[in-house]
Formats: sequence, structure tokens, C-alpha cells
Amino acid sequence: MRVFERPKVLKDKVFHYCPGCTHGIVHRLVAEIIEEMDIRERTVGVCPVGCAVLAYDYLDIDMQEASHGRAPAVATGIKRVLPDKVVFTYQGDGDLAAIGMTETVHTAARGEPLTVIFINNAIYGMTNGQMAPTTLLGQRTQTTPYGRNAAKEGYPIKVCEMLATLDGPSYIARVSVGSYKSILNARKVLREAFRRQIEENAYALVEVLSTCPTNWGMKPRDAMDWIENEMQETFPVGIFKE
Amino acid sequence: MKKKQVLMKGNEAMAEGAIMAGCRYFFGYPITPQNEVPAHMAAYMPRAGGVFIQAESELAAINMVYGAAGAGARVMTSSSSPGISLKQEGISYLVGAELPCVIANIMRGGPGLGGIQPSQSDYFQAVKGGGHGDYRLIVLAPDSVQEMADLTMLAFDLADVYRNPVMILGDGNLGQMMEPVSFCKFRKRKLPPKDWATTGTAGRPRNIVKSLYLIPEQLEAHNRKLYRKFQTMKRREVRFEEDIPEGCELLLTAFGTTARICRDVVDKLRQRGHKVGLLRPITLFPFPEERIKEVSSRVKAVMTVEMNMGQMVDDVRLAVEGRCPVHFCGRTGGMVPSVEEIVHEAGKILRGMKE
Repeated sequence: MRVFERPKVLKDKVFHYCPGCTHGIVHRLVAEIIEEMDIRERTVGVCPVGCAVLAYDYLDIDMQEASHGRAPAVATGIKRVLPDKVVFTYQGDGDLAAIGMTETVHTAARGEPLTVIFINNAIYGMTNGQMAPTTLLGQRTQTTPYGRNAAKEGYPIKVCEMLATLDGPSYIARVSVGSYKSILNARKVLREAFRRQIEENAYALVEVLSTCPTNWGMKPRDAMDWIENEMQETFPVGIFKE
Repeated sequence: MKKKQVLMKGNEAMAEGAIMAGCRYFFGYPITPQNEVPAHMAAYMPRAGGVFIQAESELAAINMVYGAAGAGARVMTSSSSPGISLKQEGISYLVGAELPCVIANIMRGGPGLGGIQPSQSDYFQAVKGGGHGDYRLIVLAPDSVQEMADLTMLAFDLADVYRNPVMILGDGNLGQMMEPVSFCKFRKRKLPPKDWATTGTAGRPRNIVKSLYLIPEQLEAHNRKLYRKFQTMKRREVRFEEDIPEGCELLLTAFGTTARICRDVVDKLRQRGHKVGLLRPITLFPFPEERIKEVSSRVKAVMTVEMNMGQMVDDVRLAVEGRCPVHFCGRTGGMVPSVEEIVHEAGKILRGMKE
């Protein structure tokens, strides 16, 4: 009989994340994959600025803390120095798709052999819930109190669809962690994104549709359902480049 | 035996010096008047087994430097004034995370987009800390093509010794002009191992490269640690060159391009029978304040010459502490002061002493 255990890569520390936030799930998936692939001793992660700024407190691997939006540039520097190591970034929607969009696009265009994990929860969590580049039309946030209006605030950015037009990336996928089934799929796709870097020396990005119950003003269960029902209308899950 | 000399631009000599000092990673973004640096790196870095990336912006370039430095590499970037402004956030993070690297600023006139002609108007930015937070860089100010090479080589060792970025503060004139330069074989000094770098946890506990300290007691302790390093730099790394005659009446202070011009000024004034000296800071931080303080007690006046509206002169005044008058002579906006106009200004001060 196998007992459900905490992966060793995940430190025995209580997450600072809010109840119902799915960062914990994604951290665990990343930790499981690193352990399963036996790459803990040769992995270097890059933390963003945002809710996951303290990700290094939870993952027992070498990590660098980047300035806001620059994780892909920092990861590029690490990977060029250490081409045999496994380098990944873990970034939110503000970090990756607003302030860091330039680095996101150009790192993908260069086809840097990195794994980019992109947490899209359609809001700025760390700073109390402002509009993100991925906020849905009509979605209420601290800075779109009347709902995001395309005429005033423009449209949500579909990062996967956009990056899939580039020749540099090898693998671009969007997954969800809104249900047990979705989480199992997310795990499979994240693992593939690491495999592409390790075996094919290629760039891979996985967008993970995630919850922010606190700033969405929802119960955790409703937040999970909202990803599966509302978010996926704007951000369909799937493989965009293979 | 006479060392082999080659004719090179200052920018090229700096790039070549970096490669000779073991720099194997260069990340840059085009901007005039420093384009020869990335061009040289693009051509010669691959031959040395290194990596050159033309980044998508100065922000990307400085953060690639952060990643590479954090992974334990000798790494460099270069830019010119507006581009260095863009890099300030990254420089603050580099100091905060105690990452060694070399950053060259081949200054041009500002503010804003300014111009592309040489200037020294980023002195404050370089020496007082252009980014946020309480920090210092070691700032080296070459005054010749030879020093563009030599000080760059030194910069990498200093960066590693102090785990702090080092800035080469040149200008468009030093970057563009050609002079004979010779390269001595680089002897890397004995340096502590980079056991803090993120290279994978094999055989050791994990390493974290960061500047985030959310607990104020810890952030204060971190700042005190950085401050102690800056104080050590002040004790150990002050460099300057001086030519001060017995009975010196007027002391000129200048760095980089203006120091070169001031050598001719000193010659001219001495031919006319004046006792004039020159002190050229080579390190702008740490600043040779003790030496200026000593000399100021036995001269009648000091004149600082700069290609700006008066920046280093503030530090000279702080060092002189009112022991004698401190005058300023400067041109700016890409204008380079001529020997004649500095002689003219110095002449007024010298005549004033006689009256």
C-alpha cells in the first residue's frame, strides 16, 4: 500500500496563500514532477513579484528572486551559464503578461530552453485585486469596479494563442486546476513542459487557469467552478503548439 | 622587452579587457556611443567560448546579468546614459542580492534623450546610487584607452571581492577615440569560491539569490552588512593620480576626459610660472576625500573641471570643508572644454590670489 505523501521537494511549511488559492496545488505539482524526474539537484527556479514571490520558501531547490516581470531574462542568464541545468520561471499574469510581456515574447522568440509556468487568475492578487491583462470582460476588480469594459480597458490578452504564432517555442499549452480531472491533466502537461527542456533543449510555456477566491469575492468551491465555466470561455484549455 | 601595442578604440579596449579578465557573458542593447562594445563582444566572445546576447531592452539585459551573476559567472553589460537610467532598477537589485558584475556607462549628454556627444553628467547617478535603496557601486573612471582596458580588468576582481556591481564610468570621447594599448596577461587574484551561486543543490543545501527581506529587523541587518562592505571599500579601494608641485597655489581636480585636458592646462600655467597641481580621482566611489582634505590645507584654491554643470565639485567641497575656496569650471550638453578656456578660468583665480 502506498501512502499519500508530501513530495520531498516541497518543504514542510504552511503556505502563506489564502484559503482556496490554487498556488498550493501548482507548487505541489511542480514539486512532484521535479521529484519524479529526479532533477532536484540540477534545477534552478526563478520566482516572480506577485503572490508567488515567496515560492522559494516552499520549494527545496536553488532559486533566484527576479524583479517584477523580468523572470524570463533572469532565467535566460542562468540557463546560458548552466546549459545542463533545468531552469524554470513561475510567474503570475501581471508579472508575465503586463510588466514583463516584452521579456515573455522575446524569450519565447529566442526559443530559450526554459520551462515557463504562467499562473493566470485574471487578477492582481498580491496588491488586493486590481485588473490584470487577463481580467475577463465584465469582471469586477478594485480598478474596474463597474466591470471590465472593452471600450475603456481593452480586452484580455490570450498569451498562449499569441505565443503560438512564434517559431521559437516548442510547446505552448493552457491547463486548469479547477477540478480533479483538470489537475491530473495539468500535471501531465507540466511534466511534458519540463521534458521538452530536458530532452529537446526547447522552450515550453504552460498557462494554468487558477483561482483567487479572496479577490474574486468567492467561496473556494465557487472559484474552482468559475475557472471551469467562466474563464475557459475566454481562455480555452488545450495545446496550442506541439 | 617592450609590450606589443595595438591601436584600438576605447570601447574595443574595454571589451577586449573584459574577455581577458575572464568575462564570458555579455548582455547588451544598442545605444550610441558604446556600440563598439557589443559589436566586439558579438565577434570575439564566441571565440573565447563565451555567450553574447543582444537583449530586447536594457531591462532585459541587466536582468540577464542578474541571472548569470547569480549562477556564478563573470558577466558584463554596457550602455550609455539613457540606457543606464533604464538599468537602475536592476542595479539596485544586483546590490541587494550581492551579485558581482561589471556595468559600463559611456556617458553622453542629458537629461532625457539629450545628445550623443560626450558628457560627465551621470556622476551623481553613478556615485550616489541611481536606483532605489541605500547602496553604492565601486565607480572607476578611466582617462585613456589603456585605462579603459586596465580598469575593466580590475573591475571584475573588485566585483568578486565585494560581491557588488562595479561601474566603469567613461564617456563618448574615451569610448570613441583611438590610442595604442597593450594588454598584460591577466592575473586573477585569489578569490573566495562562489558557494552562494544557484548552480543546483547537488552536494549542498540550497542557495537563494534574492533582495527581499520582509522582516524589517532582517532588512536592517542586511543594510548594515552592505554598509560595512561600502566602508571597507572606502578604506581599501581609493585610487587617484596626482601631480602636485611644492608650494602649489591652485589645485585642479578632474576625472576622465577632463583630467586629460587639465594635464595640458597644468603645463600651460606652469610655463607661465604658476604653481598649479592636478588630482585625478580614479575611483569616484570610494572618493579620495582624505587626500583632497590633506592637500586643501596647503593650497590657496581648488578648481574642479567637469563636463556637466557641477557634480563632482560637491564631493570636493565636502572634502575641502571650507579650508580654501572651491571653484568650478564646466561645459555640458556634449561640449568639451578647451585648454584655453580652462586656462582662462584658472588665470582669473590665480590673479585674484595676487590682489
